Amino acid sequence: MTAATTDPAPPQSPFRRAVQRLVRKKVAMVALAIIVLLYLAGIFAPLVAPHDYNETNLRRVRQGPSAENWLGTDSLGRDILSRVIWGIQTTVIVTGIGLATGSLLLGVTLGLIAGFRGGFVDTLIMRFGEIVASFPDVLLIILLAATLRPRIVETVRGIEDFTGISGLVSSGVVDYFVVGVALLPLSWFGMMRLVRGQVLFLGKMPFVDAARALGVSTRRILFVHLLPNTLGPIIVSASFGLGAVAGSEIFLSFLGLGVQPPRPSLGAMIADVTGRGAGSVSVLRNHPEQLLAPIVVVWLLIFCWNLLGDALNDAFNPRTR
Amino acid sequence: MLIYIARRLLWTPVLLVSASLFVFVLGRFGPGDPVEVALGQHYTPEAASRLREQRGLDDPVAVQYGRYVWNAAHGDFGTSYRYQGKSVSSLLGPKLWVSAQLFLAGMLITVSIGVPIGFYAALRQGSWIDPAVVGAALVLYALPIFIVAPVLIMVFALWLGFVPTSGWGGFFDKRMILPAVTIGVPGIAVFARLMRASTLDVLGQDFIRTARAKGLRERVVNTRHTARNALIPILTILGFSLAGMLGGALITELIYGIPGVGSFSLDAIFQRDYPVITALALIGATSLVVANLVVDILYAAVDPRIRYS
Repeated sequence: MTAATTDPAPPQSPFRRAVQRLVRKKVAMVALAIIVLLYLAGIFAPLVAPHDYNETNLRRVRQGPSAENWLGTDSLGRDILSRVIWGIQTTVIVTGIGLATGSLLLGVTLGLIAGFRGGFVDTLIMRFGEIVASFPDVLLIILLAATLRPRIVETVRGIEDFTGISGLVSSGVVDYFVVGVALLPLSWFGMMRLVRGQVLFLGKMPFVDAARALGVSTRRILFVHLLPNTLGPIIVSASFGLGAVAGSEIFLSFLGLGVQPPRPSLGAMIADVTGRGAGSVSVLRNHPEQLLAPIVVVWLLIFCWNLLGDALNDAFNPRTR
Repeated sequence: MLIYIARRLLWTPVLLVSASLFVFVLGRFGPGDPVEVALGQHYTPEAASRLREQRGLDDPVAVQYGRYVWNAAHGDFGTSYRYQGKSVSSLLGPKLWVSAQLFLAGMLITVSIGVPIGFYAALRQGSWIDPAVVGAALVLYALPIFIVAPVLIMVFALWLGFVPTSGWGGFFDKRMILPAVTIGVPGIAVFARLMRASTLDVLGQDFIRTARAKGLRERVVNTRHTARNALIPILTILGFSLAGMLGGALITELIYGIPGVGSFSLDAIFQRDYPVITALALIGATSLVVANLVVDILYAAVDPRIRYS
């Protein structure tokens, strides 16, 4: 391999060929660019946002776009553009936590173990997954978000008192944690099943036998030989998963169960205009333009992740087309 | 296949018992003392212990769980903590009926629009129609309910004034139109994509060529050979899409002010009305498990190839 890379026409790895196929798709690249742009805006929110997301101005309530507030102001006179940018940050953090813990850590590891070990361990993991999946996921997410929060807040308060560190609860870390944990059931099972199927298929391949005959340890077979071969499907699934997790986070905060105010989130911003109950359409009637910014951003996020997932699927699994 | 169904039938009770245990544990050890919530400002230690005894909260947990499952199996989910003296089933019953009507209407819209569109797109593969449908499906699929609902209200209720913005009047009321469309729209994309893929799959098979070769009219080939076979895989996602619709129904009911299970369950969660929450979770899990079982059995019934293999 090391010698091959110096050749003028190197035999390429399937992974690199897939990336090249992907780069050639214009739609996918546009989607990726939009995602990168939105995520960068979210990550660097403190630098990008023109105003403080929490700075109220009751003399400038629900105003249209102006030089001062490019997208207008909300019900408390806060700058909508800044709140959208900070809202993206919330989504970025939560989807990051959800993907890293749920899909990648839990899903991939359990999938590798279940697929490779088989037998009792496999049955146990699969059956447990089926039980979790037997709940309508929305119900489960709401249930977890609603019941976990007070418990976790209590625990963190205890930690604060015990260690003398203050501001953990008020910093919003707890919220991210609660929402991240509540979204776990959504992401881990699908990823686990996918990786398990791949490992079941790959485990019968001669190269695994060869590795074992050479005395390679199980852990090394799992993570060095099998994991790289399942990378394609994992990336595809993660891309769709990120869109779905972002949608769920916004769904939770729309219901008031997500990240709590004063932390801005896109779902809460939409709920601020539509209301959460019957007959609260007066804002929608008088200020429909207030809905525009959060709606467009939410739609772009989910849409671009789906587009990218589609393109990744074509690039990494060319046979299934 | 029979063995498969038998195994599924045996596994179903295990699934339901585990689900009920999970729900029970969440409800029992959820945050907040339910007795405190129920008594509110009338809280005294004596009243609390009396209520505890009345509700059997001092019994061993296993006994409480047994009693819970036994009662639940008989349709008794206990009494609501919030609406004093009202049984959960009497509270939920009418709301379940409302939500069921909404689900049915949404499902009708999803299937009756999504399936024909997907089918038509597959038949027209190679023309501009196919990529247009695929693109539209992608755009629709990325539209969450909390975007669809306000936009529909804005256009059809506020600007055009065709229908009222909210309310409930039964299945054949015009206030049903917007909520049903809202619930149905995201599913249209799913069904259209699946039907398209499945139709393309069938179109590539030998018996379609045979049917054309023996001179059958195109319409007969399309309806009797292609459509009937392409519809089979659609069955499998009916169960799943039911679960997917639940989240949509929740928000839809909230925004349109429909007195269904969705808005009720959210209230229950905020009010810590655990008997209602656990009952809902249990009913949700049970109906999902049963729906998937029914779909599996239907699958075998519809397709003889599956039955005999």
